[in-house]
Amino acid sequence: MNAVTRLSAPALTPVRTMVVWCPDWPVVATAALEEISVDERIAVIERGLVYACSESARADGVRRGLRLREAQARSPRLRDFPHDPVRVNRAFEPFISALEEMSPHVQIVRAGSCALRARGPARFYGTEHAAALAFLERFAELGVTDARVGVADGVFAADQAARLPGVDLIRIVPPGRSPEFLAGLPLNLLDEEELTLLLWRLGIRTLGDFARLPAEDVQARFGEAGARAHARAGGLDGTQVTPRIPPEIRESVNDFEPPLDRIDQITFGVRAASDRFISELAGAMFVCTALRVEITTERGEVRERSWLHPRWFTASDVVDRVRWQLQGGSTIESALSSPVIRVRITAETIDHSAKHETGLWGTGSDERIHHGLSRVQSMVGHEGVLTASIGDGRSPRERQVLIPWGDRGEETPAPKRASTGRSSARGGRGPAGEVPPWPGSLPPPLPTTVFEKPLPVLVLGADHDAVSVTERGELSAVPVYFAANPAGQGLRPLEAWAGPWPVYERWWDAEKRRRLDRFQVVDAEGTAWLLALEDRVWRAEARYD
Amino acid sequence: MTDAALTLSSPAPAGEEIRVLQSRIREMQATKLDTRAVPTHPSLASLLPGGSLRAGAAYSVQSSTALVMALMAGPSAEGLWCGVVGLPDFGVEAASRFGVDLARLALVPHPGEEWLTVTAAMADVVAVVVTRAPGRVSPSSMARLQARIRQRDATLIVLGDWPQSEATLRITESSWSGIGVGHGHLAGRQAMVSVTARAGSGRPRRARLWLPDGDELFRPVHEPPQLTDVRPRALHEVAG
Repeated sequence: MNAVTRLSAPALTPVRTMVVWCPDWPVVATAALEEISVDERIAVIERGLVYACSESARADGVRRGLRLREAQARSPRLRDFPHDPVRVNRAFEPFISALEEMSPHVQIVRAGSCALRARGPARFYGTEHAAALAFLERFAELGVTDARVGVADGVFAADQAARLPGVDLIRIVPPGRSPEFLAGLPLNLLDEEELTLLLWRLGIRTLGDFARLPAEDVQARFGEAGARAHARAGGLDGTQVTPRIPPEIRESVNDFEPPLDRIDQITFGVRAASDRFISELAGAMFVCTALRVEITTERGEVRERSWLHPRWFTASDVVDRVRWQLQGGSTIESALSSPVIRVRITAETIDHSAKHETGLWGTGSDERIHHGLSRVQSMVGHEGVLTASIGDGRSPRERQVLIPWGDRGEETPAPKRASTGRSSARGGRGPAGEVPPWPGSLPPPLPTTVFEKPLPVLVLGADHDAVSVTERGELSAVPVYFAANPAGQGLRPLEAWAGPWPVYERWWDAEKRRRLDRFQVVDAEGTAWLLALEDRVWRAEARYD
Repeated sequence: MTDAALTLSSPAPAGEEIRVLQSRIREMQATKLDTRAVPTHPSLASLLPGGSLRAGAAYSVQSSTALVMALMAGPSAEGLWCGVVGLPDFGVEAASRFGVDLARLALVPHPGEEWLTVTAAMADVVAVVVTRAPGRVSPSSMARLQARIRQRDATLIVLGDWPQSEATLRITESSWSGIGVGHGHLAGRQAMVSVTARAGSGRPRRARLWLPDGDELFRPVHEPPQLTDVRPRALHEVAG
């Protein structure tokens, strides 16, 4: 959620933005965790390269991106620590909370740096400078004295303003002057390695040089990413300040003391908490569309599962998901293998509720359907209620893709994607959107009954011998009699038949390869069958009834 | 209460009264059923009693999933939801080709012990419930389900026998075209569909339908002599 939202249209007017930056944050955080002084020679190492270093190490010539061995050679008393992004991010949390107390809508750019819209704080504290000063004071109280603030149009420009070398702690680029400010800065600030290298070779050295290139040409030559970089270089930064969602409303933890071992007790215990969880999200104008339920038992087992919702979760939906996860295949009264000590519910995907408001007309009936089907699901289990779509494959059974109700959004083409994803592992498929041809699939009309498990049948020749197909695809005898069971009860003559149609699937895969011959037959009662002969065994795959 | 019991205790008038009341109930049910027609596929509409499927009624289809799909196609094309309970072998792709919208189709292939509850719960939300009764169903469960669909204005299509059905549809003859002895492939089917309405409401209605034709459509066979001359003749020869 804290990723910078990039909008496709870079021509948006940049928003006046403030970036608060703590220099060398990974070093500061690591030093605090290791309880050593920041003044020592410290390097934070990621994959054998220097990720960040302290001021004193920098004085010895240690730079970001240097190999550890090289850095140690330059600064023999260097102390190196592995980069632990989790700890570094976690250490920044108090600072974000402090900023959030002073001004709402804080976006984390990365650990050690966060962005705010400048308008609100500037009004509250009088000027942008006063607001920046207030933030720095608060950071100093928390122990970071060298934080810097940059104010400019757009996140990129403000970030650069904050990071500009020099002694000023607050740097304010006047409104509308951001392009000029950026023009003199080197290209590598764009953080697009390939692009920078190429532009350098083309003789472009500064952001200003790059910004002067016509936007259409940049778009044509460097694509979407290049166009965005161009917009950033020109101070037309389309990125918005996207406030983070305070983490405390994203999860709900229920501890049970003493541990509970009955599903109904646990669901009852979770009910109030999930009510609160959903209403808190709703209070912050969010809805949850995917959540993760984590159940910890006394024995220390953790059972985790993500649940998606075709619309968004209500409190009772959340309780249902917890129950399904506990229940597995058993009934609600049954005891669990081990008592549960904790149920943790985390929102995985949350969305602005404005996008999910029900319209005045037209959505009512789907809502009703959803409630009804969820109720059926609570009786027969999550996988009991299915929606169907048509996938790829040759056999009729293969082609129908059944997905539990609610597992993927109905509006999104996700089920389609899932099925084609599987098929791409199976074999060739055309470009997205096209239906691949699947040579060897059935001609229409399609069978109306597709057996879940193929039905063993009997096909006999005129002399009551089983019919088979030779290696060369020739029939051993003309099929004359047919019975819809292997025992041969109700043997009846065939009216018509066609085949064999050989299917040789996945010949490249020793384990999954299949070789079968398909037949269509019409029996004396006028019922048509789709039969498959595989390894001399006749099976009915489908029936046209 | 006791007064009523006393007056009813004399057998003859009570029996008379119950009969009168029952016939009145039937009449009222009939008028209610007549009020709501469900969109029906044109090829089947003329065969059904009242000229269309009815909300709150049950229909029994004998051993033809294609006929079930033909019944579902009408409501589904009009934007109604369909639910299929207890048919693990339901051919989804064929249904979609025959005009059942998969976006408005919910399947419960294995309702297990909960068949009655699941079917009733389905009837609450979807307009057309297709099901097959598992084994024997007690008359009281049937009556309960029947009451539920009537109350919810759902249409129940049962694959198999259903004593309280409004009509029973079956295929009496069927002949496939496009397939010969060792050549061709199934291309279309002509079927004689016979519809028996609720007991005592006249002779079965029959019609020859393409179920489906070469373009995967259901339509009546308009010129039976001409068409039977061309293709299925070969089949009959084969059959003979």
